[in-house]
Amino acid sequence: MKILIVDDFSTMRRIIKNLLRDLGFTNTDEADDGNTALPMLKSGKYDFLVTDWNMPGMTGIELLKHVRADDNLKTLPVLMVTAEAKRDQIVAAAQAGVNGYVVKPFTAAVLKEKIEKIFERIQ
Amino acid sequence: MSNNNEDHTGLDPEAIEKLRSQASELMEQVNAGNYARAMSLISDLGDVRDQSLYREVGRLTRSLHEAIRNFQIDPRNAEQQEALSKMTDASDRLEYVVQMTGKAANRTMDLVEETMPKAMALKDQASAFRDDWLRLRRREMAPEEFRDLYGRLDSFFVSLAEEADTIYGNLSEILLAQDFQDLTGQVIQKVTTLVKEVEDHLLNLVVMASHVDQLTGTVHELEVQEESPDKGHGPQMKAAERADVVSGQDDVDDLLSSLGF
Repeated sequence: MKILIVDDFSTMRRIIKNLLRDLGFTNTDEADDGNTALPMLKSGKYDFLVTDWNMPGMTGIELLKHVRADDNLKTLPVLMVTAEAKRDQIVAAAQAGVNGYVVKPFTAAVLKEKIEKIFERIQ
Repeated sequence: MSNNNEDHTGLDPEAIEKLRSQASELMEQVNAGNYARAMSLISDLGDVRDQSLYREVGRLTRSLHEAIRNFQIDPRNAEQQEALSKMTDASDRLEYVVQMTGKAANRTMDLVEETMPKAMALKDQASAFRDDWLRLRRREMAPEEFRDLYGRLDSFFVSLAEEADTIYGNLSEILLAQDFQDLTGQVIQKVTTLVKEVEDHLLNLVVMASHVDQLTGTVHELEVQEESPDKGHGPQMKAAERADVVSGQDDVDDLLSSLGF
């Protein structure tokens, strides 16, 4: 299971990386915004994408739309982990095809639950 | 900072008095048919208006400069003094906050990442010893095995004390790494004060500008800028009081399940 973590803050990437490792996912890479993440996704054979929303360059929702529009990536499970808390944003993310939405600040238990739910649905 | 409670009509009493006398003289001159003098009075009236406007803008500009100059942190020791004396504007200060919080977060995570495997290793060792111990109690252990266990227990106790010390030390360091909050809190309060002062003065400028608009009869067409829905807004304040914002993960889950998730 290869996972890409996208967040502009290195501390948040590190927190998510640690939590994923506790859940048994040790094969993770990091990117600091959508512009960096998209080429990695296209060439990297990732199984799962965890992304923030608000980032300089390409935002997480734009990245999600690019992923869903790409024939090779469109089935990639995407979990959004973000401080964006407006209802219409969550609706927009759902419409864009997000698989899970975790609002910051979050707990390890919530992240675990959402990730497990996503994989349950895929299997 | 001064004059915050003053009535900002854009005109001081002296100017109003001047306007009053010039206005009545204008009436007199018009009634007397002295139009050349009347025109020159109208132009004087305009000058009074402009001058009081310039004066007010000048006063506000000075206050703004003062506010920005006054914006300094109290250095608490020599090291900070050196570091802080270099910071002369709000963005530098906020950058400092980002750095301090980032440093503290990384220091904390370094220590956590160092400590977690130690706790895990102790747990693994303890449960292995428990298995051995149960076998010993059930008298399933050969004397040779027992001698081995005896030796291992000895070194386990030594390393247990050492590891517990390290874990305790790391936890204390994690505690200390939170001291950034004191420093960043002070810096943020300073920036907040400056922002409030600037806001007050900007509000005064806006009030003055609206007076100018009234005097000159200017009407502005305000363009409403549509924000891209893809742009992030960052964390929302007072989420619990707002209907358009979720107040936590439960809200998010409810919303998503109402959408068929």
